[in-house]
Amino acid sequence: MATGNDKDADDSARIEAIIDRNLKLVYSDLVQEDLPDRFKDLLALLKAQDVEAKGDK
Amino acid sequence: MTHKDPREGLVDHLPALRAFALSLTRNGATADDMVQDTVVKAWTNIEKFKPGTNMRAWLFTILRNTYYSSRRKMNREVADVDGVFTASLSVKPDHDGRMQLSDFRRAFETLPDEQREALILVGASGFSYEEAADMCNVAVGTIKSRANRGRAKLAELLDLGKDGPLELTDQATMAVVASAGPVLQ
Repeated sequence: MATGNDKDADDSARIEAIIDRNLKLVYSDLVQEDLPDRFKDLLALLKAQDVEAKGDK
Repeated sequence: MTHKDPREGLVDHLPALRAFALSLTRNGATADDMVQDTVVKAWTNIEKFKPGTNMRAWLFTILRNTYYSSRRKMNREVADVDGVFTASLSVKPDHDGRMQLSDFRRAFETLPDEQREALILVGASGFSYEEAADMCNVAVGTIKSRANRGRAKLAELLDLGKDGPLELTDQATMAVVASAGPVLQ
């Protein structure tokens, strides 16, 4: 004996669940993309600069 | 265990950071530039990171601040593209609630930046509303409202609200759904 409000809430919850499931799929596809090499290069460069800066001290 | 340099942990967050950047900018080249800026800022300001706090949240915050400040500078806020996609989008999910992910992605990209951001943070990345509010420097209610408006728009674009489309846009109903969140999980 669901009231109108219960049904509305059920519909909204169902829709929210569908949307959030798809959001997670889209996002996890993006997370799993190969990381461009430029970021590994960048981190290596930053690390090297730090080592150099320390050596100057 | 020696005291570990928190910068060593940066690399672990890069895939998620880049995914967030791609969601926010909707452009691969821009996203990668944003990630690069964020990494440099994080590296050179690492003393501002509080050990023991969430590094991913910290990095996401730097990235979004970078994005919004460049958006302001360039004064080219993307206009609301409502209507452009609405006409071509009419995708009904299968009985199990699945739809073509490409259609979902296309609909998602039509949402305003703030709504996409809220949905990625709380809907996809697993941040709490409180964490997302902190990261975006707004009230918790603002994040909830952005996420709910985003969901309502997606439901409309993807024709999910067939049984009750009017209720979906009703703020009171959405508020009830939002507050019932933990119970529904």
